[in-house]
Amino acid sequence: MAFRKLLIANRGEIAVRIIRSCKEMDVRTVAVFSDVDKEALHVKYADEAVNIGPALSRKSYLNIDNIIQAAKKTKADAIHPGYGFLSENESFARACAINNLVFIGPSAECIAAVGNKSAARKTLMEMGVPVIPGSDNIISSQEEAFEIADKVGYPVILKASGGGGGRGIRIAVDKEQLAEALPLASGEARAAFGNPDLYLEKYLEKPRHIEIQILGDNFGNYVFLGERECSIQMRYQKLIEESPSPFVDEPLRKKLGETAVQVARSIGYANAGTMEFLVDQNKNFYFMEVNARIQVEHPVTEFVTGFDIVQQQILIAADERLSFKQDEVRLNGWSIECRINASDSEDNFMPSPGEIKSLILPGGPGVRVDTHIYNHYVISPFYDSLICKLVVWGSTRDQAIRRMRRALSEFQLEGIKITVPFHKKVFQDNDFIKGEIDTHFLEKFLHID
Amino acid sequence: MNPKTYNVTSPVMGTFYITSAPGEPPLVEVGQRVNTSDVVCLIESMKIFTELRVDQGGVVKNIFVENEEPVMKNQELIEIELV
Repeated sequence: MAFRKLLIANRGEIAVRIIRSCKEMDVRTVAVFSDVDKEALHVKYADEAVNIGPALSRKSYLNIDNIIQAAKKTKADAIHPGYGFLSENESFARACAINNLVFIGPSAECIAAVGNKSAARKTLMEMGVPVIPGSDNIISSQEEAFEIADKVGYPVILKASGGGGGRGIRIAVDKEQLAEALPLASGEARAAFGNPDLYLEKYLEKPRHIEIQILGDNFGNYVFLGERECSIQMRYQKLIEESPSPFVDEPLRKKLGETAVQVARSIGYANAGTMEFLVDQNKNFYFMEVNARIQVEHPVTEFVTGFDIVQQQILIAADERLSFKQDEVRLNGWSIECRINASDSEDNFMPSPGEIKSLILPGGPGVRVDTHIYNHYVISPFYDSLICKLVVWGSTRDQAIRRMRRALSEFQLEGIKITVPFHKKVFQDNDFIKGEIDTHFLEKFLHID
Repeated sequence: MNPKTYNVTSPVMGTFYITSAPGEPPLVEVGQRVNTSDVVCLIESMKIFTELRVDQGGVVKNIFVENEEPVMKNQELIEIELV
């Protein structure tokens, strides 16, 4: 038994997920819930539950003091932060340590190290890990922009330093376009963020978002569990993920995996983590960032490797050594996940909170449903819109696609709007079926529609 | 004869914001002239922000809700008087 009692500092489907692994490991569970989550599934499933505040996240699920108090009151030994909320908050990791609670994740120092993106980028460059070439800081003049663009090679992309969401972004294919783009991007950035500062990166054409799942124990042992392709994104939100990637061959997989492990080892990273890369058409890869937590899309990796990542996290945190080596990791078959959100895909993805009036969830061979919803459950507007992860496994990508189509057709829900109609359309798209996807796929797909 | 007015209503259940970010000044105030397509407020629901824009230009006559107040779908938020 890894721990006697574990508190889950989260809600929704991931809280349910963590409780499930705990049950299988004979670890007792404590759920925390806000005023509007009294009837939540994670509360029903946990052995104990503690109210930690009002609906507003800042006052409950982000309230470090209330969560630590709940752990002390219930005499929990460890806290799993899930994803989002406090999972990458170094103050929370530190608060756990100070209160003798084992934080299921990397150390506060690691969280801090990888959270500072530009510092992490610099460190990796010094290690010889490829990062997206570009300006080290904000651009101070047109001359400097030209210089950097010449160095990294056109096309280049200008990005606002003060914010994202597609504002203040301009692509330039040559010097003339860059000269024109600079004041335009800067003006847009100033209007959107009150900050005209820009930085510049090499623009990767048809980049694919490929990430590597790693596990590291507290004794310096590391493995990588294959890759996930997450190129189907809308405004930087992933909607469909798969493992393996239809683009990654064995040599590339090995290089990405070894790079990911090298990065983790160099910063002394322990527990589960994901290294994100952008990969271009020529299979050149560039390190983007480290996600120091379990990720939403971890089920696709679990399906193809057979490992329970949450269980591994708990064992690692309990000072167990990894029980397997890299050569025992095999990717078997193909897995795809659809993130079903409570939003109306037929009305600009407008959020759709409310009561579920009727519900039939998919099932059958090779279908996994990770969700916290149930019939008559009320989805409140206070938390994010992910309500269900529909995950399939097939022996081939083609079979996985057929299985997802079947599973999507079985999904019936009334009372709120969900993104199932959108997902169904993607699984009929020729480019998606051929695996010819990149991070621009959804922009094009939605404009065509 | 009363001047024509219309209400900006919420498209979704969520939280009303009159500022674009914490600490920022309000997007509009009573008495302010607004033009078509100006953003008057934001509604946050499920971590997604929706900007509500002016349909027809006029003057802000009333703001019925407070910053960060929870609102229901179709709730009246801001009254605009046409000029």
